[in-house]
Amino acid sequence: MSVAAGVVPPTARRRSGGTGSGGAGSSGAVALLVLPALVAFTAFGIIPLIGVVVLSFTTWDGIGTITPAGFANWATLLSDPQLPHALGVTFLIMVLCWLVQTPLSILIGVFISGQQRYRGVLAVLYFVPLLLSSAAIAIAYKALLDPNFGLGAGLGLQLLAQNWLGEPGLAVGVVVFVVSWQFIPFHSLIYQGAVRQIPVSLFEAATIDGAGRVRQFFSITLPQLKYTIITSSTLMAAGSLTFFDLIFVLTAGGPSDATRVLALDMYLRGFRGNLMGPASMIAVILVVVGLVIALALRRIGGTDPNASQLEGA
Amino acid sequence: MDLNRVSRRNFLAGVLGTAAAVPLGAALSACGTAGPGQAGAGEAGIWYLTGQPQESIRLAGIEAFNAANPNGKLASTFFQNDAYKTKIRTAVGAGQAPTIIWTWGGGGLRDYVKAKQVDDLTDWFASNPAVKDRLFSSAFGAATVDGRIYAIPCETVSPIVLFYNKKVFEQVGAQPPKTWGELMALVPVFTKAGIAPISLGGQSRWTNMMWLEYLFDRIGGPEVFTTIAAGTTPNAWSHPAAIDALTKIQELVKAGGFVTGFQSITADSNADQAVLYTGKAAMMLHGTWTYGNMRSAGGDFVTGGHLGYSAFPTVEGGKGDPGNTVGNPASYLAISSAASPEQKAIAQNYFAKGLLTDTEVDTWITKAGTVPIVNGADKKFSTGSDPTWLQFVYDLASKAPVFQQSWDQALSPAAAEVLLNSIEKLFGLTISPQQFADTMNAVPKS
Repeated sequence: MSVAAGVVPPTARRRSGGTGSGGAGSSGAVALLVLPALVAFTAFGIIPLIGVVVLSFTTWDGIGTITPAGFANWATLLSDPQLPHALGVTFLIMVLCWLVQTPLSILIGVFISGQQRYRGVLAVLYFVPLLLSSAAIAIAYKALLDPNFGLGAGLGLQLLAQNWLGEPGLAVGVVVFVVSWQFIPFHSLIYQGAVRQIPVSLFEAATIDGAGRVRQFFSITLPQLKYTIITSSTLMAAGSLTFFDLIFVLTAGGPSDATRVLALDMYLRGFRGNLMGPASMIAVILVVVGLVIALALRRIGGTDPNASQLEGA
Repeated sequence: MDLNRVSRRNFLAGVLGTAAAVPLGAALSACGTAGPGQAGAGEAGIWYLTGQPQESIRLAGIEAFNAANPNGKLASTFFQNDAYKTKIRTAVGAGQAPTIIWTWGGGGLRDYVKAKQVDDLTDWFASNPAVKDRLFSSAFGAATVDGRIYAIPCETVSPIVLFYNKKVFEQVGAQPPKTWGELMALVPVFTKAGIAPISLGGQSRWTNMMWLEYLFDRIGGPEVFTTIAAGTTPNAWSHPAAIDALTKIQELVKAGGFVTGFQSITADSNADQAVLYTGKAAMMLHGTWTYGNMRSAGGDFVTGGHLGYSAFPTVEGGKGDPGNTVGNPASYLAISSAASPEQKAIAQNYFAKGLLTDTEVDTWITKAGTVPIVNGADKKFSTGSDPTWLQFVYDLASKAPVFQQSWDQALSPAAAEVLLNSIEKLFGLTISPQQFADTMNAVPKS
């Protein structure tokens, strides 16, 4: 099952990285170069995935014999109220994270794409959260948010001494905040690179035409970032689906399942409850949902990855 | 801190839980040259848990055994608690288990027995009565499946007791509660004084469970839970005593009995203990393993005599014996059925001669401040740093008419997960006692 959990990231990476690779030559040399990656992907991606699909039709507690269960597992799981709840929580956190991260990442990305030295220094500082492991971040926030010994109690600020991880609404907010805190630097970096790719001539022409900064941002920068937004959103969506470590350490899915996302539900069923069949089903659902989202985002982005974004340039 | 980590099963819910998610490959590569569970020729493998001071006591025991038995040695490997849980199941399932399997007994052991992965030790104990008689008889319950013994209890006992802060009790002029009614009456007294009545690390979930374990017993007697655990009676969770206990706990939550924000407090960070020893709360129901940390981290809280402890209060009109105790009766070692006859012989020799030797018993008492599960160990308590405390724990454990193993360990892992989840919701007041019982009744019996 731990192998199954590892299935999604490689496929997700493939999906997002797959844009714009068309048109390469189809000689034998290329096939040979592709071979190592193909073998690794088949061995560690495809084969475990098949294993998970097979396991999802069985009953297995991890140590006993694996007994086929037919569609009984699926019938039970699909009528389990826990599943729509976990799906709902997953999408809620996905959407909230996207809504918080995207605007902030674009703004920070545009800001640090400037060549001024102080912006370079700030860019390095912004990058720091990305260097910390999720578990470390979760433990640190857990300590900061402790109602008796955390930040609120330490600074004597009642506003900060809330039952952060104990109220369902607050806990979801905390998860979204911490996820955003951790990943905004990464997406800012993507946007920074993308903004620097925009030809300066576009801005120069707009300035001559009398467009102000705000107008330039909405009329030039944002449209030029279209594909970057799609890439970044795909990463966020796929990332949210497999989001596990931070939530596991921070809230363990609580309070009252308020933050029990699909990936966590899969782990808890599989490794805490030793119900490998249902856990495998959730893994299969995760893969399907991930594929659908990635494909949908590509569709939104247009089918031709080589289409010019520089009309009128 | 360490005492806490190793004494319980679930505790490091978070921190090291992520270690369990590390892909198997990485875990395997970390197991040294001999390979996991594959002891060399003429050796028997044993997996133990890390964490001081237990780890060094275990290691010293193995080294002493190996020195005395050069022809039948043990090869030990140590694992971190939560990583071990995932790893041992994978290893046992794959037929790669070490000769000696460390377990927490109860539902986990029952899974091994059902899968025919561990040896029946009943006959061995019958032919080695001295080994069995030396240990607390209450420790064998969690090692027994359908009347047969599959594991040997080892190490120490950790009952759950009611701790209290004598300083704040003096401050409000109150006495520790002897009954549930007194406990409920204390809630407004402490609240008025600006002190939380009870500290609780509610995010860890099993902490909440300890309250229910005692309430079930005090109200309906031990049979209520043993019926549930047996899994043969339908709707066992709907027993009137169970509903009464579940209702009482929600009354306590609604009355503000537990510290504000208890759902955000975790036991793995020992924050619940800190709430007690800093005087922010008056009482705490917890395992005796917390004593060590409160002693080392609580300033003069323990050494200055401010820590009070007592058995759980009785419930007016309840059926349970006030001496009944819940907690962790012991740790357990089982023998893998996949091991060779030579390896099994070494393991049995270790069980008979290498476990809880006089030296080891001394170290548990003096170095770890814990009570080993050996009858008569109390004669050595004068060497420990706090003989009164050790004697209290010893009496509680050895004189208990019934020593109920912690529920999450007594039940099958699948049921335990649903239980902990439902308990969290019960304490969060998002489900009613009846809904709790219905959810638990619906868990498939295994």
